[in-house]
Amino acid sequence: MKYLCLIYDNEQAWQQFPADVQQNYMGEYRAFTDSIKKSGQFVGANQLQPTHSATTVRSRNGKLSTTDGPYAETKEQLGGYYLIDAKDLNDAIQVASRIPSARSGSIEVRPVVEGM
Amino acid sequence: MPDDVAAHVRDRVDSLYRSDSRRVLATLIRLLGDFDIAEEALQDAFAAAVEKWAEQGIPANPRAWLISTGRFKAIDRLRKTERLESTDASALDRIEAEAVADDDDGVEDDRLRLIFTCCHPALSPDAQVALTLREVCGLTTEQVAHAFLTPPPTLAQRIVRAKSKIRDARIPYEIPSRADLPDRLDTVLHVMYLVFNEGYLASTGASLTRSDLSAEAIRLARLLVELLPEPEAIGLLALMLLHEARRDARTTPEGEMVLLEDQDRARWDAQRIAEGVELVERALASRRFGPYTLQAAIAAVHAEAASAAATDWAQIVGLYDVLMRIDPSPVIELNRAAAVAMRDGPDAGLALIDAILVRGDLVDYRLAHAARGDLLRRLDRTGEAINAYERALSLATLDAERSFISRRLEALRAISPR
Repeated sequence: MKYLCLIYDNEQAWQQFPADVQQNYMGEYRAFTDSIKKSGQFVGANQLQPTHSATTVRSRNGKLSTTDGPYAETKEQLGGYYLIDAKDLNDAIQVASRIPSARSGSIEVRPVVEGM
Repeated sequence: MPDDVAAHVRDRVDSLYRSDSRRVLATLIRLLGDFDIAEEALQDAFAAAVEKWAEQGIPANPRAWLISTGRFKAIDRLRKTERLESTDASALDRIEAEAVADDDDGVEDDRLRLIFTCCHPALSPDAQVALTLREVCGLTTEQVAHAFLTPPPTLAQRIVRAKSKIRDARIPYEIPSRADLPDRLDTVLHVMYLVFNEGYLASTGASLTRSDLSAEAIRLARLLVELLPEPEAIGLLALMLLHEARRDARTTPEGEMVLLEDQDRARWDAQRIAEGVELVERALASRRFGPYTLQAAIAAVHAEAASAAATDWAQIVGLYDVLMRIDPSPVIELNRAAAVAMRDGPDAGLALIDAILVRGDLVDYRLAHAARGDLLRRLDRTGEAINAYERALSLATLDAERSFISRRLEALRAISPR
């Protein structure tokens, strides 16, 4: 059985941590990743860019709409994800708008931190 | 005389900054791939021009000189920080790989790229407006903040955030493809219309800086029409010019609001009207026009009438009919009802407005109640007119509107004291 572990944390608090605290934290993350790689439980992981880089995509009556910022409502619940490779944000939005749930719900598009 | 030469060069650089700094910036953003790096490079290039041109003379193509100097200055800066911080070299590699053409080909395309990037739909509307005024128009952060009655730090933060989103989410610096163009152009036009209305509607507050926003929006629309003469861009420019033509006649010297029907038409700006009318005709002839062109066409019919009574109301109702088909909204329906009242009499208009309100639309919209009050007043239904204007007053926030409605109420109460 596979499980998705979603990480929720206070982005602003994180940004205000001193550099050494941030580094210790990242060190803990690396150690954790290594440990689950060793135990054979690691499948994949990505760090996301902060929420200011997010765009929420919806498609209603064949018309695409985009809003700045992350998905911020409670009407819909997280139901899955796609990790895609796209040329730029326009390309990513096009792909996201074709996800069937873009018609009934919302797709949050968030860049992944590269080189991690 | 070295002093004379230096002064002459400084004048030339100043005037180039005013006329060309946005063009140079637009190209530097493409070459350097980053707004902040490009802005620094722009300042460096102009500073270098003051110094070098006094020694070596003004180059044959100053703009190309500024672009290539800006690019080299940016590379120098990146090399230095790279040595200091040993950060990733990717930015530098990318810039050095970017081929630079010596001529100015494509410079106008860069200006369009800048406009479309600042008005990208993945940025919030507030950010689109702020970024466009800052980057495309070259207003300072303080000027934009002042015009939008926003504290400068809030506005600066908005711009910083928008730029980081462009960088981090990789919003491409490009002119949209044919398929995306209509939607993307809509966003650009909407930004211009927001800027215009901010200046136009708020100018009753008598602040000069805010009326400058309308002039800025017209300048932007002219630039867009020059770069991309799409019918709706032409239509929007026409709409702005036709509204702007009436600016002075809309208020008394004391700042009181004057309705269209009561305006002194001799105070309308004939030159702007002539230009607006010509542009409307051009946009209509394309047969690919949309809501902005239709609204401009309505404004043109008003502008060409000698008086409110002499207005071709049948044509205005006809234009609203088309507008209702392609871009229906309760506000358009309300405006159409007011035109019907002028064509067929207040009874006909009132029935249409009541139908909108019964449906539950516009019940909290001050102008719906003010329009209703006016028609009831014309029908001598004074008591009902007073009720409608009282409702309008309770919803109005602009000083000029409140004082206009209050005066109407006073006049009605004089007829029918409570």
